[in-house]
Amino acid sequence: MCTTCGCGDEAGTRISNLAGELQTPGQGHPHSHTDEHGGTYTHEHADSHTHAASNDHADMSGHADGHHHAAAGSETIVLEQNLLAKNDLLAATNRGWLAGRGVRAFNVMSSPGAGKTTLLVRTLTELGGHLEAGVIEGDQETSLDADRIRATGRPVIQINTGAGCHLDADMLRHGLDALDPEPGSTVFIENVGNLVCPALFDLGETAKVVIVSVTEGDDKPQKYPHMFMAADLVIVNKSDLLPYVDFDVDECLRRIRQINPRAEFLTLSAATGEGLAAWYGWLDGATSPPAAPTSGTAGSEPLTGALTKAH
Amino acid sequence: MHELSITQGLVDAVLDRTGERTVTAVNLRIGPLSGVLADAVRFCFDVAAAGTPLAGARLQIDEPQGRGRCRSCQDEFNLSDLILLCPCGSADVEVLSGRELMLMSVEVA
Repeated sequence: MCTTCGCGDEAGTRISNLAGELQTPGQGHPHSHTDEHGGTYTHEHADSHTHAASNDHADMSGHADGHHHAAAGSETIVLEQNLLAKNDLLAATNRGWLAGRGVRAFNVMSSPGAGKTTLLVRTLTELGGHLEAGVIEGDQETSLDADRIRATGRPVIQINTGAGCHLDADMLRHGLDALDPEPGSTVFIENVGNLVCPALFDLGETAKVVIVSVTEGDDKPQKYPHMFMAADLVIVNKSDLLPYVDFDVDECLRRIRQINPRAEFLTLSAATGEGLAAWYGWLDGATSPPAAPTSGTAGSEPLTGALTKAH
Repeated sequence: MHELSITQGLVDAVLDRTGERTVTAVNLRIGPLSGVLADAVRFCFDVAAAGTPLAGARLQIDEPQGRGRCRSCQDEFNLSDLILLCPCGSADVEVLSGRELMLMSVEVA
């Protein structure tokens, strides 16, 4: 078993190309990441993992003073580093890569079936040429979601994580390389449907969007606090079903506020289009990452204008 | 089961520093608010360490208490989860500890 993402030997991470053909990332990858220690961060999903024991980190890592010599020939090496340091480093690399191109990336997360793909398909269809966007789809298996996105005519990359339960910064790296987004464009990253694991893995995205659907219950924020704590925007989807389910939107907002006072909050229905103008307005407002000029983004017309035309 | 990939990342991070030397112990600090279960890391460690110089290493996990301070009444209290609520009713709570997710040190032979 591959222990990097939990996938089985036959079910390693596969990343499609723009034509939808699945590939396994390998060493011939055009963008490998070399850090200042000389370590090369290519994420190999071959049957066996060899770890570069020849990496010479000792002199350049700045931790050389952390060695304490204990008795009896054993040695304690003080490391004091975050367990997610490697992912966070790769996420920072992604963030720089995106900022350098003025590309905005939104990490869209929810439980399975909350309506991530439906919202993205409707958004891409309605905004049409007003929003130059591509999509990176994360699922354990199949290219069904990528096929739905591809039908809108937008570029899409499918990442299959096999048994893995989340996308990590390295997978996004490969996805971005395959998608090759235009400068100034937008990338939607549809994470694996899961309210637990994706919360911990920074991808280097511009913002995290968490979707909760009204059929799931308004207590989701307290049951999965890490996810809602990480969110920049929380969307309550399937608002058209509110008359039929026991879901209190105000109570849900109150629970989110308790965990995350800074998150923005929208209620909409990706199926009927109710409330979508506010989502497009949010996309418009979040148009440029801090490092990128506003003029580099697609079109000067507000995205909500495109919505008016679409209806 | 994100603990599996985190534990694999832990093994990689240790190997980056220790190379082929035999690692006899790994010391972690995992807080109750970190989103990572110490028990799940223990469960995954043997799998992730198998076939590496970490195989058989003793895994010691320090699990500090989660502590919060209320910005309204200045009271300090224990936190067992991320529902940040002071006994006084205020939700304006600063987390003092409990989010740790750290590789502290390793012992090599």
